[in-house]
Amino acid sequence: MTSMQPAEQRDEVEMLSLMLLIRRFEERASQQYQAQKIGGFCHLYIGQEAVVAGAVAAVRDDDYIITAYRDHAHALARGTSADACMAELFGKETGCSRGLGGSMHFFNRQNHMYGGHAIVGAHVPLAVGLAFAIKYRDEDRVTLCFFGDGAINQGAFHEALNLAALYKLPIVFICENNLFAMGTSVKRSTSLKQIVDRAEGYDIPGEIVDGMNFREVRDKIAEIVSSIRKEPHPAFIEVRTYRYRGHSMSDPASYRTKQELEKYRLDDPITRLRAQLTREGKLTNEQFDQLDKKAKETVLASVKFAEKSPQPPLDKLYDYTYANGAVEPGMSPEKSKGLAADTAATTE
Amino acid sequence: MREITYRQALNEALAEELERDPNVFLMGEEVAEYNGAYKVSQGLLDRFGPRRIIDTPISENGFAGLGVGAAMVGLRPIIEFMTFSFSLVAFDQVVNNAPNMFTMSGGQFNIPITFRGPNGPAHQLGATHSHATEPLYANTPGLKVCTPATPRDAKGLLKTAVRDNNPVLVLEAELLYSSKGMVEPPDEELLIPLGRAEVKREGSDVSIICYSQTVPLALATAQKLEDEDISAEIVDLRSIKPLDERAIFDSVAKTHRVVIVEQDCPFCGVGAEVCYRIQKNIFDELDAPIIRVSQEDVPMPYNERLEKAVLPSADRVIAAVKKVCYA
Repeated sequence: MTSMQPAEQRDEVEMLSLMLLIRRFEERASQQYQAQKIGGFCHLYIGQEAVVAGAVAAVRDDDYIITAYRDHAHALARGTSADACMAELFGKETGCSRGLGGSMHFFNRQNHMYGGHAIVGAHVPLAVGLAFAIKYRDEDRVTLCFFGDGAINQGAFHEALNLAALYKLPIVFICENNLFAMGTSVKRSTSLKQIVDRAEGYDIPGEIVDGMNFREVRDKIAEIVSSIRKEPHPAFIEVRTYRYRGHSMSDPASYRTKQELEKYRLDDPITRLRAQLTREGKLTNEQFDQLDKKAKETVLASVKFAEKSPQPPLDKLYDYTYANGAVEPGMSPEKSKGLAADTAATTE
Repeated sequence: MREITYRQALNEALAEELERDPNVFLMGEEVAEYNGAYKVSQGLLDRFGPRRIIDTPISENGFAGLGVGAAMVGLRPIIEFMTFSFSLVAFDQVVNNAPNMFTMSGGQFNIPITFRGPNGPAHQLGATHSHATEPLYANTPGLKVCTPATPRDAKGLLKTAVRDNNPVLVLEAELLYSSKGMVEPPDEELLIPLGRAEVKREGSDVSIICYSQTVPLALATAQKLEDEDISAEIVDLRSIKPLDERAIFDSVAKTHRVVIVEQDCPFCGVGAEVCYRIQKNIFDELDAPIIRVSQEDVPMPYNERLEKAVLPSADRVIAAVKKVCYA
């Protein structure tokens, strides 16, 4: 993926290998979680790979992306190494957030991945702020804001959509509708028959996309983004997808049937893109096996990397509370840096 | 030096920072076309235009979050809350997103944002509009909190806040907006560092530690105490976080007696923190237990007489001072 490459030129085989990397990464994360190498909460993206892959294939590398807590895939899709992602899950200093963020807070500033946000709906206003900055600076970038079907009933989501429409900001709201907000089905959480109708209430154009089909996701987003680059405006897509695993590692997903899961597995996004490419003579079975082998090796290596990486040092505990370089005339740098340490005196 | 109002001082600070840095913008309810609910942003729309002075709908959670997002990519938003009582609607953005981002991202994203507006009780606004939010925000790692009491401090602290690379809350006070004070002329750059208290009045018998609206109260009380031959030193904290321990300890080492006059409620309030630090660090300097004068621990009543009874008053400060002075 080179910068500024138009969407149609993104290599589909490369995107398939990204989807494989995501899946193998998540499978390995699941295993390492069970082995208690990973703490806290851990939400897996398996089944939804075509959504993020299609989205990043449709935009430039300097466009902004931001998502919720099911974020490993988004970091990988934005070129964060499997090493840095796995190390973050292990809480190591080499992690993509230095081991300070964890599973739900992956960031990659250099590659314009703006998190990794764990409060449902709370990052949607942040996304609008990113889009505001684009318009403020008169740039032709676009912000892609991913969130789940659970976010659409939060106040922050509604306020953000209204602001985006009011200020005509360049943003695509991408609802990854995997049918369940934790264990609550959309039917039990949302008064609308279809989520996309939320957009209409804010005069934002909305469409439904098949999230198991990489090409459909990519082409729809590419079309929207091209319109936004001509004249900034918000847009909304409801991407219908499915997560094969529970909400998080601790969720056996007993609220849905095996039949339902099997139905979606038969429509697997990786299998589907593979079949499309094979049918068109762009991919052989051997090549696919090679891609999969490489993904597995990369991920296995990332576990080794994470294991041998150092813990974040205790003596840097206060280094990431306040940014240095604050303009505080008269305050010595030591004092400025020691601010957090000073305030901690009460916990001795 | 010339005499201007607290409101004008803030207005000058905003204008100067907007002029100096194209990344600075002002956003909030009624800040543009209405010229500010309290006229702090008077004239700024005419001068800087709608790209940089931006009216919002009544949507605090939304526009506070917008500000944090814009700050992630290097803009320097000034977000006005019509009152900090309304910041509670945006609490998640101010407490969860702004100060946590730098840590959560392993130092990749600092958030250079200023949240400002009136804070604390005004006059008969009732329970929902009278919150003194400083202890809530000072308890959050990653935020800085300042509380200017004079026009000079208002201007100097707001300008510093805008230039800080972290989220800073400038807690103003509605009842101070029309108060007057001497401020350097506009051609003189006025930056007052965060974390620096100021002795507003020298004294020798007792240290009255105060901030924001309790500063004019303490100064007026000191005059009355003078009549009774008690010399009170008035220490204005100016910043709650960072807290200027040095200035507090210096004053206490001089007077050996302390009354803290705070505008918040008592439980886990600012005074509790100050009190802890004094006894922990300079216990031997104290000649009497410290007394705190704060709001009563009740939601603010509308009734005028009851509201007065809830707020710190000259009578309560004088009684506290006499008690610590064994007078």
